[in-house]
Amino acid sequence: MLPNFAYSRPRKLTDAVAHLADAKNGRVHAGGTDLIGCLRDGIFKADTLVSISGIEDLHGIEETGDGGLRIGALATITEVADNALVKERYAGLAQGASEVASPQLRNQGTIGGNLCQKPRCWYYRGEFHCLRKGGGICFAAEGDNTFHCLFGSDDVCYITHPSDTAPNLAALNATVHITGPEGKRTVAADAFHMPPSVDVQAETVLRPGEIVTAVTLPPPPRGLRSSYRKVRARRSWDFALAGVALALQFDGDTVKNGRVFLSGAAPVPWRSRPVEKAIIGKKLDDATIKKAAEASVEGAMPLAKNGYKIGLFQGAVAEELAKIAAG
Amino acid sequence: MKHDPKASHCQCGGKMSRRGFITALGVGAAGVAATGAMTARTATAKETPMIPSGEMARIDLTVNDRAHTLLVEPRWTLLHVLRESLGMTGTKAGCERGECGACTVLIDDIPRYACLTLAMEVQGRRIVTLEGLMEGEKLGPVQEAFLEEDAFQCGYCTPGQIVAAEGLLRADPNPSSETITRAMSGNLCRCGTYPHIHNAIQSAAGKRR
Repeated sequence: MLPNFAYSRPRKLTDAVAHLADAKNGRVHAGGTDLIGCLRDGIFKADTLVSISGIEDLHGIEETGDGGLRIGALATITEVADNALVKERYAGLAQGASEVASPQLRNQGTIGGNLCQKPRCWYYRGEFHCLRKGGGICFAAEGDNTFHCLFGSDDVCYITHPSDTAPNLAALNATVHITGPEGKRTVAADAFHMPPSVDVQAETVLRPGEIVTAVTLPPPPRGLRSSYRKVRARRSWDFALAGVALALQFDGDTVKNGRVFLSGAAPVPWRSRPVEKAIIGKKLDDATIKKAAEASVEGAMPLAKNGYKIGLFQGAVAEELAKIAAG
Repeated sequence: MKHDPKASHCQCGGKMSRRGFITALGVGAAGVAATGAMTARTATAKETPMIPSGEMARIDLTVNDRAHTLLVEPRWTLLHVLRESLGMTGTKAGCERGECGACTVLIDDIPRYACLTLAMEVQGRRIVTLEGLMEGEKLGPVQEAFLEEDAFQCGYCTPGQIVAAEGLLRADPNPSSETITRAMSGNLCRCGTYPHIHNAIQSAAGKRR
């Protein structure tokens, strides 16, 4: 049985914002797949759930006036994965969404929730009062860190960000739309997640009472090819051990511009500038791909048990670059 | 709890308790009586009230084409309400954390985990459970195929497997082998009857045609 909470499922966003503002410790319920699990396991407490699932404006995926795309925060992961426009124009995002969790979870989980989900570190999810839960120690640093990060821990917290959609949204230059008690604001998808050195107890830059309402994608630039590769221990349910999201603009065979983000790598979707530097202005021939694969782990700080990820990233980056070069 | 086939599909989660009624009134009164000492925050009037912690709410659920009106706590999952309030034990409680698939139900024809779904969230939706796949006393085609292909051993995961398969076949009556594997990847079978389950779904696709 879940712990008790007050609950409301308003039809209006203004109601949801007002209810959250009234709550001492309120949480937003979208699809509920992560939230209900966290409440059941006592990962955090909530005195109030404000369900936004009944707010019609937050649903749907549609083209924007400028030729981009608006994905309502409540669009399910399945809807994102199967949407014809997403598949045609932002293939990496469709691939990322289709690799999330299991079919049932994709049918229920939302894009907004996928961006806001809690980390999967087993100390965080277990009965350990770790830094992220307000405790004084990161147990992963000296403990079993098989599934922890190579980059961006800032020697504070070693989670990997669990989202498969976030690295693709970041690579594709998406914008996250937010409404809160102070009104509306937007944040670039690549700045939406919180580095542990800034605030180890927050996963996103959302302020108290704020709700993600949509993500928008800019019109695809000329020559854009995007893709996502996820490496995991089993073909369903699992989170990325290593992953790479590519959004590259080609001019003929040459990579004119591009953004590369790694998943399973860091506490936030991790921009790999070394890979970008290795490929921009180049044709993706064997030599360039080899350099880019090596560059993908430049600066990596493996822990006692996650050194195997070095090879996984190199392999995944090499294979995915070869695939995207072939068109 | 009562069964009322003509129950309306109220989505407001109308509250029954006296305390909840008074609390809702109190919010409205604060809005009217707001003085300089009260913050605008507490004075904000809302169209949809908050159901206080620990109170029950009346909801209308449509399960297997029958409308039910019942009192639930907001923290009750659909799995809990199906089994404990409606006595429909075909939907199994496995991991209760979205990791096994035993509680799979169809919501508007789409497979979902009932253990991670609050009952409050599915008012006005069409819920189908294993019981809803029966045709009177006769097994439905997917159930029959599971029986014929020996697609279970201990049977605990079977209801979830059958409902997930039904959801697949409603969306795609002629699934490829790869589609079956992918669609069934949210359901675990610890007895390892996967090949038989796969065969049963191919056979069920034929029976449904």
